[in-house]
Amino acid sequence: MLVIENLHANVGDKPILKGLSLRVNAGEVHAIMGPNGAGKSTLAHVLAGREGYVVTQGTATFEGKDLLDLEPHERAAAGLFLGFQYPVEIPGVSNLLFLRTALNAQRRLRGEAEISGVDFMKKVRAESAVLALDMDMLKRGVNVGFSGGEKKRNEAFQLGILEPKLALLDETDSGLDIDALRIVSEGINRFRRPDRAVLLITHYQRLLDHVRPDYVHVLSGGRIVETGGADLALRLEAQGYEGIAA
Amino acid sequence: MTSDTSTLRNPEASAAVDELSTYKWGFATDIEQDFAPKGLTEDTVRFISAKKNEPAWMLDWRLKAFRIWQTLPTPDWAKLKIPPIDYQDAYYYAAPKAKPTLASLDELDPEIRRTYEKLGIPIEEQKFLAGVEGARRVAVDAVFDSVSVATTFREELKRAGVTFLSISEAMREYPDLVRKHMGSVVPVRDNYFACLNAAVFSDGTFVHIPKGVRCPMELSTYFRINAENTGQFERTLIIAEEGSYVSYLEGCTAPMRDENQLHAAVVELIAETDAEIKYSTVQNWYPGDKQGKGGIYNFVTKRALCRGARSKVSWTQVETGSAITWKYPSCVLAGEDSVGEFYSVAVTNNYQQADTGTKMIHLGKGTKSTIISKGISAGRSDNSYRGLVRIGPSAEGARNFTQCDSLLIGDKSGAHTIPYIEVKNPSAIIEHEATTSKISEDQKFYAMSRGLNSEDAVALIVNGFCKEVLQQLPMEFAVEAQKLLGISLEGSVG
Repeated sequence: MLVIENLHANVGDKPILKGLSLRVNAGEVHAIMGPNGAGKSTLAHVLAGREGYVVTQGTATFEGKDLLDLEPHERAAAGLFLGFQYPVEIPGVSNLLFLRTALNAQRRLRGEAEISGVDFMKKVRAESAVLALDMDMLKRGVNVGFSGGEKKRNEAFQLGILEPKLALLDETDSGLDIDALRIVSEGINRFRRPDRAVLLITHYQRLLDHVRPDYVHVLSGGRIVETGGADLALRLEAQGYEGIAA
Repeated sequence: MTSDTSTLRNPEASAAVDELSTYKWGFATDIEQDFAPKGLTEDTVRFISAKKNEPAWMLDWRLKAFRIWQTLPTPDWAKLKIPPIDYQDAYYYAAPKAKPTLASLDELDPEIRRTYEKLGIPIEEQKFLAGVEGARRVAVDAVFDSVSVATTFREELKRAGVTFLSISEAMREYPDLVRKHMGSVVPVRDNYFACLNAAVFSDGTFVHIPKGVRCPMELSTYFRINAENTGQFERTLIIAEEGSYVSYLEGCTAPMRDENQLHAAVVELIAETDAEIKYSTVQNWYPGDKQGKGGIYNFVTKRALCRGARSKVSWTQVETGSAITWKYPSCVLAGEDSVGEFYSVAVTNNYQQADTGTKMIHLGKGTKSTIISKGISAGRSDNSYRGLVRIGPSAEGARNFTQCDSLLIGDKSGAHTIPYIEVKNPSAIIEHEATTSKISEDQKFYAMSRGLNSEDAVALIVNGFCKEVLQQLPMEFAVEAQKLLGISLEGSVG
């Protein structure tokens, strides 16, 4: 589904990714771990197409399409979703309007009909119940006045509504208390299907207790330096990142 | 703009927007014009007055105004760069040659009908013409260039006792009312452009709501400047008698022209005891091209007199058009406990300039005013809010709340907030809040990563920024306004 080969990318003039390769197949959950400054968030932003993140070498394809050639909204319509580490506030635009606008924009780009109000609200009710988001919150401005945990639940909610093929979750677990972590994890697990994939970017093992990955990669110095199964995360938790080749 | 625009607007509207690349309403209708001779002299004034069969007092009033106008200096205090205007190099009167009065819009010149259709007017209109039941009632007094060519719903309004006429007709049918009130809120010598308007105004709208009547429908006038080189000088007079209510919508579009066109309108509102007037404007006249060539000069004087106790006037405006906007819809709060409100969105892009705001003059005890202004500047444009809050010595317990927010798009545009506050009564409470922000890259990327293209992302964020104002608009106007915000910011983001 996602194939990254020898990816080099700069933020400004500074090289951050230095030859990263990764292959994610449908049905798989991958976790990317690594110390601060390793390039984890840069990878997420490069894949989502953020301005200012310049690819200098290498390729990234998504279902055979050149991902790097697409605008951010085209990547979204192709089925890529980025869960933000710091979800952004948009005052005056309700969460529901935002999401419906986004969903329909994606559908139009894919040549599909717009979703009806009734169908949209059905999805909203189903997903919001799982993520414990009440309707009043969803009618408020996007992320406005939300706590850190609520913002992350809202990201998981958007994931559930937009139903992408690949979820790229950037430290979705940071700032969550135990209960919120369980709720968000449930959202991610609900998303898992044989035709979908998840790429979790995380600092900590604790998310992986709830969302069990098929593969764990260690990102360090802009490259993947080690790959293993779920047990690798446990080992890292016990030993730290020291001792892993930079 | 690509084909995937604007879900935040309604589907009908987005379909219409899709075909746009630059100025949507840039076409000119070819109708034989009946021109006044070019230039501005007493003869021009006499020509206009004669053309409209005006009573002698009206001609005298115009001539007096013209003589005063010749002595007035052009205003230069606003933060605007206005090229010198040659008042002799313009026509001051142009009327379609068609029949002066029509029973219905069906009899309208087909060319004009097509113009309206391109403007998107007909949707509601045609429903009414076809006798569709249950559609929302909007009476349209269509001002095509200078003469009101058709008025609908006059009968139903008449049954309610509401008078909704062109001002020329009103002059003949209700001379006493017109003579009594015209110029009472905006005096002839009020300012340069208002004075010019008094001399050469070509037509406009007259509304009278009798005591205790709630106007049964929204009243709407579509203005449209059509003839090349013709300034449009409209005059609107709305009188709401004791305990009455009216909502008036004013929407404007103009075809694309190279030469600058001058528009200097005057609007006077009078609210008696317990009366309420809601006046909404969506203004999208041709703003000039991307290099700043052409476009309308919009120099408008709008003022309301809240004469009676507990009377209320709300101005709501969405200003996206015109090359230069100079406009300060104001309220004179004379009646005790009277209320003035001003809700404004002003968008400037490319080389547009806007200097707009309001004046709230508190004279009566317990008067209240609210000002919410949202300025959005993109391209190389300049956008100023200029507002005056004056509390007179007798305005015991007066209150004002002002909020001015500016949003910058790009790094070459300017936003300015210039509040004037004069308080002559120590019991007054005045609050002023102002913010300036930029659309952040974070917001834009967040929206794009969810599937919105760059322009829709900006339009969505801007609509959120303007929400408090947009929700003051009547429903059908709110939709159009959202659409316009997107259109006028096209090309402003990379």
